[in-house]
Amino acid sequence: MRWIWIDKFVEFTPRTSATAVKNVSLAEEHLHDLYPGFPIVPQSLIIEGMAQTAGILVGEARNFEEKVILAKIGRATFHRLVRPGDTMAYAARIEQLSEQGASIAGKVTVGDDLVAEIELMFSHIDQNMAGLSFPEHNFVFTEQFTELLKTYRNDHAVTI
Amino acid sequence: MGTAVMAISRDEIFKKVQDVLVNALGVDEEEVTPSATLRGDLGAESIDFLDIVFRLEKAFTTDPGHPFKIPRNELFPEDVFNNPQFVANSRVTPAGMAELKKRMPHMDFSELEKDPDINKMQFTVNTIVNYLDTKLNG
Repeated sequence: MRWIWIDKFVEFTPRTSATAVKNVSLAEEHLHDLYPGFPIVPQSLIIEGMAQTAGILVGEARNFEEKVILAKIGRATFHRLVRPGDTMAYAARIEQLSEQGASIAGKVTVGDDLVAEIELMFSHIDQNMAGLSFPEHNFVFTEQFTELLKTYRNDHAVTI
Repeated sequence: MGTAVMAISRDEIFKKVQDVLVNALGVDEEEVTPSATLRGDLGAESIDFLDIVFRLEKAFTTDPGHPFKIPRNELFPEDVFNNPQFVANSRVTPAGMAELKKRMPHMDFSELEKDPDINKMQFTVNTIVNYLDTKLNG
């Protein structure tokens, strides 16, 4: 299994906002492990899906030159369970962006239902952790993440 | 017509700073007193300082067309702390002390002058209020 918790972008406005969707399938192993007989998506993985959506948005804002790391979950409020067959939409909006990092406000929905409100903070680690050194290559934005954006741009055939 | 600059009282600044710290650090309002230290009393960690700056910028922006910005290293001059000329073996050098005083008129250095151990240097709620008071009210 791959550590990727969004299926595709449906909206991407550089430096502003992005929306990704995730189809939840009973074929996913982890759904059977949390509460056997009552498959739901763990809230921690809903946060991870928002972090991946928002992380790519924040990374793109600096041409994927920064190593963007989830630094803080400011708030995560959940209103509804997510079950197999649901399609989650992760809508992330950049609140603040600086050379050191970014803050994000996000909403997760299934159809018209609000699932969660999530606030995240990302750090550009090379800018913040003085004295520590990290690998030269950008280990955050591997191909599987940049492919998502490439697919969106191909599908929408727009120059952004 | 010129833009009217609305003065903001020190009490109003403190109230907003209090709200920011309650939300950024998950502490109770009563804990955020003027003399409370960010790390020691309120449990702030390094990444919280960027969060605090982001939240202050948002809280003190009155016109979205002209967002309030806190330039990097102005409120919390990390570049000084990380410069070996200014901080050596966790001690603030005389040159470092002079630089900090020049850069941070909003900070009370009386304790640090007695013991220049950088790890004991504490930002208080008042440090932030002083900084904003000077920046917003001149």
